[in-house]
Amino acid sequence: MSKNLLAYIVSLLLLSGAIMLGVTIGTVSISPVVLWNPASDAAAANILWNIRMPRVVLAGLVGAALAIAGAAFQGLLKNPLADPYTLGVSSGASVGAVMTLFFGISLPFLGPFTLPVMSMVGALLTMFMVMGFAKLVDRSMKMETVILTGIIFSSFLGSIISLMIALTGEELRQIIGWLLGSVSMRGWPYVQMALPFIVIGSFVLWLNRRELNAMLFGEERAQHLGVDVKKRKLLILIGGSVLTGAAVAVSGTIGFIGLVVPHMTRLVWGSDHRHLLPLSFINGAALLIICDLVARTIISPTELPIGVITSFIGAPVFAYIFFRQRKGGSMNA
Amino acid sequence: MLKIKNLSGGYGDKKIIEDVSFEVEKGEMLGILGPNGSGKSTLMKLISGVLPVREGMITVDGKQIADFPPKELARTMAVLPQLHVHAFSHSVRETVSLGRYPHQSGWFSSWSKEDEQSVIEAMRLMDISHYETSQIDQLSGGEQQRVFVAQALAQNASILLLDEPTNHLDINHQKELLDTIKKQAIEKELTIVSIFHDINLAAMYCDKLLLLDKGCIYRIGEPHEVVREHDVEAVYRTRVSNHPHPELPKPQITLLPNVKRDISSAQVRAQDFLVSSQMVLYRSRLPLKTVSSAVVNPGSGWFRNFMNRHVDAAYNIDNSLEEMKSFIEKNELKSTDTVGMMTAVQTEHAVVKEYEGPFGTVVIAVTAGIGNGVDVSKAVERTMHVGTINTWIMVNGTLSEEAFIQAMITATEAKTKALQQEQVLDPLTGTIATGTSTDSCLVASTQQGEYLPYAGPITEIGKLIGRGVFECTVEGIKIYREAKKA
Repeated sequence: MSKNLLAYIVSLLLLSGAIMLGVTIGTVSISPVVLWNPASDAAAANILWNIRMPRVVLAGLVGAALAIAGAAFQGLLKNPLADPYTLGVSSGASVGAVMTLFFGISLPFLGPFTLPVMSMVGALLTMFMVMGFAKLVDRSMKMETVILTGIIFSSFLGSIISLMIALTGEELRQIIGWLLGSVSMRGWPYVQMALPFIVIGSFVLWLNRRELNAMLFGEERAQHLGVDVKKRKLLILIGGSVLTGAAVAVSGTIGFIGLVVPHMTRLVWGSDHRHLLPLSFINGAALLIICDLVARTIISPTELPIGVITSFIGAPVFAYIFFRQRKGGSMNA
Repeated sequence: MLKIKNLSGGYGDKKIIEDVSFEVEKGEMLGILGPNGSGKSTLMKLISGVLPVREGMITVDGKQIADFPPKELARTMAVLPQLHVHAFSHSVRETVSLGRYPHQSGWFSSWSKEDEQSVIEAMRLMDISHYETSQIDQLSGGEQQRVFVAQALAQNASILLLDEPTNHLDINHQKELLDTIKKQAIEKELTIVSIFHDINLAAMYCDKLLLLDKGCIYRIGEPHEVVREHDVEAVYRTRVSNHPHPELPKPQITLLPNVKRDISSAQVRAQDFLVSSQMVLYRSRLPLKTVSSAVVNPGSGWFRNFMNRHVDAAYNIDNSLEEMKSFIEKNELKSTDTVGMMTAVQTEHAVVKEYEGPFGTVVIAVTAGIGNGVDVSKAVERTMHVGTINTWIMVNGTLSEEAFIQAMITATEAKTKALQQEQVLDPLTGTIATGTSTDSCLVASTQQGEYLPYAGPITEIGKLIGRGVFECTVEGIKIYREAKKA
């Protein structure tokens, strides 16, 4: 069996396992049989399909979006420390969300969806401002310029968030809760809202898988190889930002997934973006589903913020793989 | 055909390349030379389209490169940049496969048989097939370089731009790589433009060279028009010397370092010659620049020890070189530092004399045996015998290249005159001999003291050589005859 086929089979099995666990474990334990035979237990089927399934799917989508965006940004920026938040898009999304909470905004027709919509708008606005400013500074939009611009916008938007937190009263808990990230009690509408952005964003990145491979050798080398660097760079940045914006809008800023999943995938299965992107997508989904499961069950009935768990589980797993890879040598040989 | 016309450009507003024009035909290899900062890489970047052209035109088969879509340009022109470090690693095969990027289209993978073959062929040519699964960051610099050359070859482009392709490579891989590239250029009619640091490599492999200085063409043409002492010194601001390649009709250069040679006196004196029944031996404290027709270390070089060994007339000539080398080593001399000759003459009969001229002295040492005298003007079938007149000329002075040759001519004329004076006959023809069948001559010089550009018969040194060789040879013949009589 080829290494790549094995990679997909293992990753998909992990994801299926994660989904299975995610929908069956909880305050009420549900038999997996209900999945394909809802008639056997109508009450359980109701919980499974209306509460747990949307939560698991949302967690999966957010994890997948952050992981594939992280993989693309790391490859594009040739920087192992890059993650989906590097460009400041998440800060923009956060400002949109925190502002909604702070001012208690509720837009007509949107109602409870005001927050994710505002967040998405914040993300997209930030993305265009970052790109626009970077282009203004340096017409060829070198990656260093883009990273620095991202840091500038991040810091500025971060200070606005801090300001609102400092001035807030009873919304404080709500704001902090949102910032720490969660996928609980969102339901199918959130899934429907995030899905198109995540599908389009992921597809755009996947279309640039070969270009990302070439750009690992530098923009100049990529140009020699025939890559339309300017256009591709812009596509990847926009694709990654749309993914990030959508993920942050529906779940808040969940850390670590976008940084670590691509690394783990790369260490185990290699850095060829043709496979790294889809594998990161699948593994990101699986990891966030598991993290969410732990977050809501470990000290049940209290729910922990998911961001705490991503780092709590992700860091040791990452450490283990990193150690094995450097010491044991040939995990991906 | 790649055509560059009045090209100017650089980074931002700064012009680094100014008004450069040249053409490279199919199957031709152009080498770009120039010191650091002369604009070699900038010129490459302008040609490859990485930097915008400010003035002038770059055309491939009549079409401007600015009009090529990126993928089509990559199918036409492959570039090997200088090696860069990267954060994430690919396998060797993945890296080479990227060279096929411009040949792929569509949303889904379209890896064709041709793609596969090109990758395999490129890896084979660069001798990297055996580690195709290795990660490139685990390879040595030289191996990485070959991987990137393979990547460029896999592009199957008709134009190759190489920025120091032999960077990081050992001499064997330098040769292999350039041999391969040259062969590809001829077989597939590629157009190659390559930057070189090594002027000698460039001269050996390129059909044309371009010497760049401060962004302008200093000289362009065939290697012999460009690799010239004066031009190279002017552009690189360093002392060099020209010499021919031993096998190819290509010019080479040697650096002349500012390392001071040990110039504490290295005076050659007649009394320092050790003459015994086994050999005539002169050991110099410092190496002497030598040109000779000796058995061991003939041709030119720098040597400390000079041996003229007596061998029996029945000595087996077939294996003389190896036998002579081991003889030298047995005498506790290094065979790499010794010029060795042989003679059947009794070496204790050697004539060694010192002659003084206005510039310094010349020591002449001759062993003469005339048993098989030859008149060179009469072509007759002969068998080889051990050489009989060995002439050494040791000069305390500085000889030019031509002086070495003129010293040889002058010495030979004097020897012939001595044979005539002594009425030495060619036994086969009965006419006066001009030499013997295996005479040897050696001119060595301390390369210190007065510079002697010429050594023809009417120069000061030529006069000494002529008189000295004549006298010594005459005396040698007389001693030989007396010894024969006895």
